[in-house]
Amino acid sequence: MKTYRKNSALAIAALAAFLITTGCHHKQAPAPEAPAPPAATAPAPTASITVTPDTINSGQSAALNWTSTNATDVSIDGIGAVETSGTKTVSPAETTTYHLVARGDGGSTDATATLTVSAPPPPPPPAAPEALTESEFEQNVKPIFFDFDAYTIRSDAQSVIAQDASFLQSHPNAKILIAGYCDERGSEEYNLALGQNRANSAKTALTQAGVDASRIRTISYGKEKQFCTEHNESCWQQNRRAQFSLDQ
Amino acid sequence: MEASPSFARKQAVRLLITFLFVATTLASAQDWVRTGTNLGAQKIRLAAADFKMVGNDAALSNAQLTFNQVLFSDLTNAGIFDMVSKSMAPTVMPGSPQEIDLAQWNAPPANAAMVAFGSISVQNGRVIVFGWLFDAKNAQSAQVLGLQYNEALTPDTARHIAHEFADAIIARLGGGINGIAESKIFYISDRSGNKEVWEMDYDGANQQQITHISSICLSPRISPDGQRLAFDELNSRGGNIRIYSMGLRRLVSFPIHDGTDYSPAWSPDGNSLAFSSSRSGDPEIWISSVAGFGLRRITAYRGPDVSPVFNPKTGDQIAWISGRTGLPQVYIMSSDGTNVQRMTDGGYATSVSWSPNGQFLAFAWSRNYGPGAPGGQDIYVMDIASHRWEQLTHDIGRTDFPSWSPDGRHIVFQRTVHGHSEIWTMLADGTGQQALTTVGNGRMPNWSWK
Repeated sequence: MKTYRKNSALAIAALAAFLITTGCHHKQAPAPEAPAPPAATAPAPTASITVTPDTINSGQSAALNWTSTNATDVSIDGIGAVETSGTKTVSPAETTTYHLVARGDGGSTDATATLTVSAPPPPPPPAAPEALTESEFEQNVKPIFFDFDAYTIRSDAQSVIAQDASFLQSHPNAKILIAGYCDERGSEEYNLALGQNRANSAKTALTQAGVDASRIRTISYGKEKQFCTEHNESCWQQNRRAQFSLDQ
Repeated sequence: MEASPSFARKQAVRLLITFLFVATTLASAQDWVRTGTNLGAQKIRLAAADFKMVGNDAALSNAQLTFNQVLFSDLTNAGIFDMVSKSMAPTVMPGSPQEIDLAQWNAPPANAAMVAFGSISVQNGRVIVFGWLFDAKNAQSAQVLGLQYNEALTPDTARHIAHEFADAIIARLGGGINGIAESKIFYISDRSGNKEVWEMDYDGANQQQITHISSICLSPRISPDGQRLAFDELNSRGGNIRIYSMGLRRLVSFPIHDGTDYSPAWSPDGNSLAFSSSRSGDPEIWISSVAGFGLRRITAYRGPDVSPVFNPKTGDQIAWISGRTGLPQVYIMSSDGTNVQRMTDGGYATSVSWSPNGQFLAFAWSRNYGPGAPGGQDIYVMDIASHRWEQLTHDIGRTDFPSWSPDGRHIVFQRTVHGHSEIWTMLADGTGQQALTTVGNGRMPNWSWK
């Protein structure tokens, strides 16, 4: 019961607010008072106003352009008195109608232009510099390779790790997936564990080179996915690796 | 109706004397394996007569054909009989004890010590089988078994009854150890396009797809009661243990942890799972309840620790594979992680399976494994108490993932030739090797517990 009563009270308040707002609107409508009757001799002023573009995202700007003839006194609501013709850059936070009034000896006239402002800006500002594509990632973060049945980082992998780490540090928002792979020899189950050890070794090496461990996820594919399917040592070497990729 | 056990024992003694020459020819270095796996030093000479068809219709004729084939193959596969080949058997089909002439079976060339025979008929949509096992050398008191089966006719009924009758004969003549004719083998096949879990009868019949996951399924392990199937699913999120209910025909819940879990194993009471997990960093052996509670780590050495298996006899020991000293080796420990003992002395040893009687380990081993050497990987059996081992496969390609049958007399394994894998079985002494799958790649077989 209490909740119900509260709700009705809210509803009444809302209705009252609605009535008050609409009431105000009504008063506003007649506000632009009828201009003085034009003098018989002077030519009536003309005016036009445009905004380019007519739609922007908030934070962006648009150009107002206006011209008038036979006017001595031109003003735009919200901006104030302006030259009889001119341009102005505007950057409103919400949709705005620019109302121009031109007065001259021959009377007065008005013109309007509406600038639509779209909802909150998409998040380009924070993400823009970070948006790393997968191909960029792959070009810059190279895999490392391992010896037979081993998961220790070889000396030739140290420089690769250093380069990988420096690139990753310059893209601090990129998440990293390290997958461990094994060659086709040996047992499927054992190779899953060995691949996990390879991924773990690569993760340790990256974190020691300064990459935050919380950015890194590791998995093992064992010998379930092969980069190279021939049955020789050069192919096996290709498959004994820790592969880095962008973790989505 | 049935002969007493003491009778069977007397019979066994008589057979032992009669076939001493067989025993001497079979004697080999594998004697300790044969004895330990109850394959025996000599085999009983057994004939299986074709069962007599009583009545006449197409369904019956198909049923009779299947029954005779399956019974003969089950008894051959059992590994404890010297089967009288059909070509040496008398060309008669005795349908009842009145119709059999035992002397005919006992005489050369059959020389049968025992004869299985009987009749099969289809009545009112039911298959009715009378099966007898007679001692061919004891006409006075010949009957060892006399059994009747009466089951609704389906395409599988004849096969099913043949399995039941074969298992009854095997239990009676094989030291009371139940036969495996109705056991199942679970395995990974890619014939659907993805690596899914499949199931088949022990002899390769009735192959059917169990999972439809469409990622990579690995390491299927059936629970001791046959009701749940644990396996590993590998996808872009890593490896996770999944549990499939055979009754509900769907996955049931098991906690997933960051894609770091592999190779599940059931405890013999069905209440716990051991598996490899790298949730704490390094791959280690962990144990939890089947619901995922009571999680505890039981190994702590750096390096791969994977492929655990409980001692199925006691449940209080675990064998597993560890790379803590370099190449993977077989280890055993108590299931609380104490009493660690290394079993293999080198090479590359993986995929350990513990025999049902607790006495043996089977595993894949490359004794001379090294860089550049493609694995000459074979199945071995090791006696745990003595560390004595025996090589079971020789020069048949890469063999892996041995799994013991519930009677401990057979081992199913993965055989890979030129990158193509199939499921094979053999007796636990390495003889009687035969392929069970022929389509796609068959991998990682796991034999049911019963």
